[in-house]
Amino acid sequence: MATTTTTDKPVNNGVNVEALLGARDALSKAPEAARFTWRSTVKWINGTHSRSTIEGFYGLGSEQKHKEPFTFDADHPEIFASEDKGATPVEMVLAGLASCLTAGVASVAQLRNIQLRSVSATLEAGMDLRGILGCDADVRNGFDGIKVTYHIDADASPDDIKALVAQSQKRSAVFDIVANPTNVTVEVA
Amino acid sequence: MRTTTVVVGAGHAGLAMSWHLARRSIDHVVLERGEVANSWRTERWDSLTLLTPNWQSRLPGFGYEGSHPDGFRTMPETIAFIEQYAKAVAAPVRVHTRVTAVRGRGDGYEVATTDGTWQCDTVVLANGACNIATVPALSAAVPAGIATLTASQYRNPRQLAEGGVMVVGASASGAQIADEIQRSGRQVTVAVGEHVRLPRIYRGRDILWWMDRAGVLDERYDAMDDINRARNLPSMQLAGYPDRRAIDLNSLTRIGVKLVGRLAGINAGKAQFSGSLRNVCALADLKMNRLLNQIDEWAAANGAGESAPPPERFEPTALEASPPLVLDLTRGAIRTILWATGFRPDYSWLEVPVLDRKGRVRHDGGVAESPGMYVVGLPFLRRRKSSLIDGAADDGRDLSAHLASYLDSRSSPARPAS
Repeated sequence: MATTTTTDKPVNNGVNVEALLGARDALSKAPEAARFTWRSTVKWINGTHSRSTIEGFYGLGSEQKHKEPFTFDADHPEIFASEDKGATPVEMVLAGLASCLTAGVASVAQLRNIQLRSVSATLEAGMDLRGILGCDADVRNGFDGIKVTYHIDADASPDDIKALVAQSQKRSAVFDIVANPTNVTVEVA
Repeated sequence: MRTTTVVVGAGHAGLAMSWHLARRSIDHVVLERGEVANSWRTERWDSLTLLTPNWQSRLPGFGYEGSHPDGFRTMPETIAFIEQYAKAVAAPVRVHTRVTAVRGRGDGYEVATTDGTWQCDTVVLANGACNIATVPALSAAVPAGIATLTASQYRNPRQLAEGGVMVVGASASGAQIADEIQRSGRQVTVAVGEHVRLPRIYRGRDILWWMDRAGVLDERYDAMDDINRARNLPSMQLAGYPDRRAIDLNSLTRIGVKLVGRLAGINAGKAQFSGSLRNVCALADLKMNRLLNQIDEWAAANGAGESAPPPERFEPTALEASPPLVLDLTRGAIRTILWATGFRPDYSWLEVPVLDRKGRVRHDGGVAESPGMYVVGLPFLRRRKSSLIDGAADDGRDLSAHLASYLDSRSSPARPAS
């Protein structure tokens, strides 16, 4: 850990903590504005290749829009006899978890007055393909576990850095989605 | 009937308030649905002891004078202690007088009871923080054939069927009950959510001695960054065993208890546990170490470390590599589910609109939003120790002072007489 002190320089991780705290305060008083709906649309392209587009969502009592539509291509790799036009959907789940936790690390660090210099993480998830291939009913389709390893350089003790990562998990939406059961309803319109 | 102040509840908090009111010569009654210390008599399991050492049960004008300051009172001893206190301070208690309604009346209150109605200027809610055992909504999905009970209904392992028991919750109640049931020969599985881990003994002293001396228990509600979070913290994972042994998830694992994540759902007869177990344990271990660091710093700065054994750190919570995420409740391995998922006060008789949407009294350090109404004995009401018997003295002093000045302001000539 670096020994330079930054006590006279305000901590800046690029997170607007006042806005976050303001939102928490406002939304605890107005629970209906806190109801958000997130959306994604998907179009099949060919084979296992599909393209998801994310643009609109609902929150704060009205329809909202991202600054621009974001698209994500997903496919399977060539070893599955696919064309590999994008990451696999399960890798996108890892990316979602990683981004959610990392955003949390930055926000919690800002809140706790910890200057971050660098944050990176590697994610690994094991999967037994016999599940999705239907070879063995006792093998689940999904991950058998997810391992996230963070590398963080910051003006804080090792325990304070561990606490950042722990608090980020506690407040993470994707961590909750992955770690806890969620009812899923899939219909054909 | 008329009095200046009605205190609802003759537990330690109501009696301490009574002592303070008497010192200020404020006319009052203490209404008690049953006997003095009723919750301690009727809503606790047989083997429960106080988790605070004897020296720490300090009520205003009354302390511990026995020969075991570091011991822990049993329930009969706790009841006797509170009874002695009621007698020693000559509290004006009306026993077997259940409050059926508290409502606003003029610029005061009307308190309806099973033994008449009181008119008063001010009212103190001292009915306890643990009237109702909280049971999660998912309990509705427990399959038929599995017995369920709450920590309030639990008395001892003999009331349970033979066979496996799932204890939901790992705070003071859940951990102690899990320990006792596992030792009765039943296999216990504990569903572990957020918890507050503490050693019983640290550097040769009770952990609460350090927290008391270092000022941790005196930390004030208005100095907290997030008082809501502080008030919702689970109870300290402590037990008051005669041998002063620690209780934590590691001690439970050592006697054969199985640990799983927070109970997240019950679907088609299968209990589903959160994958967050590792993180809630990491949070608890880190938080414990932060407290121990704070204690070590205080000890070093105040010369208390010289005579004490050196600082130590405890084993991190040990977990199996992949704790189970699912448990089939229909296969007979679990015969009983015990909810140790917290408690809340009962305000079903409170007709004054001071409750928030979660049913908690809106208050600022015990001063309720409705003028002349006060609450005592709730977690972190004014200080970290507010949930302990030891918090009643300071909280009662502050709130009785506020109450007295409220009465003065009403009778002061600056205010137009009615």
